Amino acid sequence: MNRPTVGRSRRSIGEGGSRLSVGGGRRLDNHPAYWAFVLHRLSGVVLALFLPAHFYVLALAIEGEGRLDAFLSWTDDPWVKLSEAALMVLLAVHMTGGLRLLAVEFLPWRDWQETLIACALGAALVAGAAFLAIAV
Amino acid sequence: MSAKTETLVWLAQRISAMVLAPLVLVHIVTVIYAIRGGLSAAEILSRTQGSLFWGGLYGLFVLAAAIHGSIGARTVIGEMTPWRGRSLDAAAVAFAVGLMAMGFRAVGALT
Repeated sequence: MNRPTVGRSRRSIGEGGSRLSVGGGRRLDNHPAYWAFVLHRLSGVVLALFLPAHFYVLALAIEGEGRLDAFLSWTDDPWVKLSEAALMVLLAVHMTGGLRLLAVEFLPWRDWQETLIACALGAALVAGAAFLAIAV
Repeated sequence: MSAKTETLVWLAQRISAMVLAPLVLVHIVTVIYAIRGGLSAAEILSRTQGSLFWGGLYGLFVLAAAIHGSIGARTVIGEMTPWRGRSLDAAAVAFAVGLMAMGFRAVGALT
């Protein structure tokens, strides 16, 4: 099956009548920009679903410190801590990936895209590792 | 939705992202700082209660996140499911209003 590809240098678009190829031979679903898109979308969906629960828990403080503390004690569970760290990574992934998107859309330095993807992922993982190191 | 409104929605998504970026950075640093030695309601409230700074910062955070999240959800649903049109627009507005209501309630509880 012929799949569309993208890359740094434009080589062929529909050459041979059967292959949509825009660049150095990499398939679209094997390109860093594709995985940046997938990560941005996935993290965005998870964060949108998490927000109402986050707000609900924080609002427990209305009912008194004890009510909020009762919930916070649940977060001592290692699996909850791990989930929180994962959320932290997703938040950082979404932020850094979003900054990359804004740079791609509004700034003229598009050749830096792949470097930005690596920086975004690196910064997100550092945030998650820092959270986990301190939380556990 | 008209092309003009769609453009405004696109712009709102980008502007809310620009507002959120520094707020998320502050939030991540604050969370990592706050969880040292465990997290308690007293510790959280001692930092946030009566604070105009944290109230304003998280109030802005809620507003931008509600706008950004609802537009993003509308985009994802519109691209990945058959659901689109006015009912999806209405659901996105309802999601934004719901997030704002819950978010401002949480900010009020903490400040």
